[in-house]
Amino acid sequence: MIELRNVSKTYPNGTKGLDGINLKIEKGEFVAIVGLSGAGKSTLLRSMNRLHDITEGDILIDGNSITQAAGKELRTIRRDIGMIFQSFNLVKRSSVLRNVLAGRVGYHSTLRTLFGAFPNEDVELAFQALDRVNIVEKAYARADELSGGQQQRVAIARVLAQEAKIVLADEPVASLDPLTTKQVMDDLKRINQELDITTIVNLHFIDLAREYATRIIGLRAGQVVFDGPVSEATDERFAEIYGRPIDQDELLEARLADIAAAKEPVR
Amino acid sequence: MNVNAKPEPQPQPLNRPKPPGKLKHYLTAAFILILVWGSAVQSKADWGKLIKGAPNMLELLKEMFPPNWGYFDNIVAAMLETIRMALIGTTFGAILAVPVALLCASNLSRTAWIYQPFRFVLNLVRTIPDLLLAAIFVAVFGLGPLPGMLALSIFSFGLIGKLTYEALETIDHGPLEAMTSVGASSGQRIIFGVIPQIQAHFMSYVLYTFEINVRAAAVLGLVGAGGIGHYYEVTLGFFEYDKTCMIILFTLAVVLIIDYLSTKLRERLL
Amino acid sequence: MSMTHSWQDKVKKPKRNRYRPLIYVLLALIYVWAFAGIPFEGIKETAGQVTKAIFSGIFSPDWDYVYLPDGEDLLRGLLDTLAISILGTVVSTVLCVPFAFWAAVNMSRSRWISGSGKMLLSFIRTFPEIVMALLFIKAVGPGSFAGVLALGLHSIGMLGKLFADEVENMDTGPTEALIAAGATRLQILWFAVLPQVLPGFLSYTLYRFEINLRSASILGIIGAGGIGTPLIFALSSRNWDRVGIILLGIIVMITLIDLISGAIRKKLV
Repeated sequence: MIELRNVSKTYPNGTKGLDGINLKIEKGEFVAIVGLSGAGKSTLLRSMNRLHDITEGDILIDGNSITQAAGKELRTIRRDIGMIFQSFNLVKRSSVLRNVLAGRVGYHSTLRTLFGAFPNEDVELAFQALDRVNIVEKAYARADELSGGQQQRVAIARVLAQEAKIVLADEPVASLDPLTTKQVMDDLKRINQELDITTIVNLHFIDLAREYATRIIGLRAGQVVFDGPVSEATDERFAEIYGRPIDQDELLEARLADIAAAKEPVR
Repeated sequence: MNVNAKPEPQPQPLNRPKPPGKLKHYLTAAFILILVWGSAVQSKADWGKLIKGAPNMLELLKEMFPPNWGYFDNIVAAMLETIRMALIGTTFGAILAVPVALLCASNLSRTAWIYQPFRFVLNLVRTIPDLLLAAIFVAVFGLGPLPGMLALSIFSFGLIGKLTYEALETIDHGPLEAMTSVGASSGQRIIFGVIPQIQAHFMSYVLYTFEINVRAAAVLGLVGAGGIGHYYEVTLGFFEYDKTCMIILFTLAVVLIIDYLSTKLRERLL
Repeated sequence: MSMTHSWQDKVKKPKRNRYRPLIYVLLALIYVWAFAGIPFEGIKETAGQVTKAIFSGIFSPDWDYVYLPDGEDLLRGLLDTLAISILGTVVSTVLCVPFAFWAAVNMSRSRWISGSGKMLLSFIRTFPEIVMALLFIKAVGPGSFAGVLALGLHSIGMLGKLFADEVENMDTGPTEALIAAGATRLQILWFAVLPQVLPGFLSYTLYRFEINLRSASILGIIGAGGIGTPLIFALSSRNWDRVGIILLGIIVMITLIDLISGAIRKKLV
């Protein structure tokens, strides 16, 4: 369970990134965070595993405060929180397998990971994780030999190998084309349902949020302006979140239609 | 939680790829180790000697301080000569490099028969270290700044020539085509189509070479090719380490100032 | 309509930089100063003869010198030179890594720390290797080892700077991913940083090795081992055939190593 108590973040230059946020996210939920760019989506997500520090309030992960944790305690909390990034954040020159195994470092002492190989169970875990996202045959390929969608699936496998209880996905499909977008979102949904992993995703596309999430949180200027089930997230409510009607650009379907149109032969 | 949460069918031969062989890595590592070990044997590396010699070094460093500030007056003239040598060497090298670089560029020369031999010459020139050139020129022309200047000219010619022809090969071809289409001669093509594209880079390379040449000129005196380097031998020979220190500090100051000015200039150029 | 009127008032000639003439005058003065200081007279009247002798030496080299069964010959001199540059490069590569991380902006908390690292590196770089060799000869005596130490220390300056640049240019994404997975600083270094920077490090090391080989072939001039020692002897004893073969040997060796090293570097990147 994730609990945010009155969380605010003020940047050194005075701008407010987050403004008095109170949230409770239960185990197994699939939450989509939507809002315009600059609304604080990324800051919110990154404060949950403290890639960003907050300036006020407290964030509890399964009852432990991550804002107060330091050193080993902080690393142990982070170990339970997997993260997926817009730009995949794989080591491009390393093999896929090694990238997935990197998710296991939190479980071993530094010395062991530096000098010894990973235990066989870890390697097995990594292979199973790769199998789950249907990419096991690429285990020994270099990460930069893979397509964008494949790289993002490797990143998901890394989170699986990490045996995370929570997955934070920061715009996981923003650098993918519409078709691979579906595959990656399907993968995320599947691990959410099959393994009961709490999943929190920042999304730009509104229809994707409605299609995959069970709960939608709308942000505007660092404040929560909508929080409810998908059924309540109508176009009108989105218009409120964005402060304007929904743009075509914010719908994946519209973009798919554009691509289809572009493929039509010119007469 | 476990990835295995769902009961999987018993260990099936998953479509797992075979790990790639590691033999190549082991061989490479072994080769490098042998190379390094062989080098250590050949150069009679003896770290014990370094530890034993360390007190000597410290003693020497101690004697270097405080520097003999008064020695400054004796070496100003030599330092100016050093800068002169670097300046003239760079200038001659640059002038010589222009036509050769043009001939070396594969996109400007018509056939490989022209640019390959010229590239060969440039590469050949670049294999000979400047100090070695200086030693030879001293043997030919006698002691003094002239052999140093010549050595730096040839060294600069190699460096500027290479940098320039590589830059020439990346220029935009559009302007060249435009010049051809208005009926320009090859000389006109170069003046209107090539030089405007390359001159800032060229100036930057010249300045960069000048920086290197100042450093190089400062030691050419060791083989008798003029400049401040001569005074290293003089002072070290008489064990006047405080004077040596003064030479080093003065050289450092001059080099850093020239580097700074030149870097600023280069930033404005590009 | 004629083209000769109506455009003049639309465009003005851009003002020329007022300082430009001043710069030209300054440049001219600098060159007058520079040329006035170089004594062009006083060239040895034997210059022509000597040049001819060197050239004839290069074209009819002393082949016997290539291999002598006992003692100092060309091959051993070149091997010495190669060994000095290899070991010098290895020493500096190992030593410069901590300096590189010290000097990289994205690896330290404050700009003062990385700034001081950069200062130190540029200080080392400015200190000529040949002078370092002179000092090391005082410590460990003349010979190849002094050359190794001089190259090892001097190359830290340049390699450290290049390595630091490489570290600064790396993609910070993987580092972030490892922090998020609960990795320690060392684990981040090992799994996210090193795999990214290693090819660059190796490529720069080879590049520096090419430079060090050139330096190593002159270190002998001051007694720090390698082919430079027999060369300076041959020069001072006017043994031009020998000068010829040594020059030839140096050129061939450096060309070969450049080719090999260049090929490996191309594969690395």
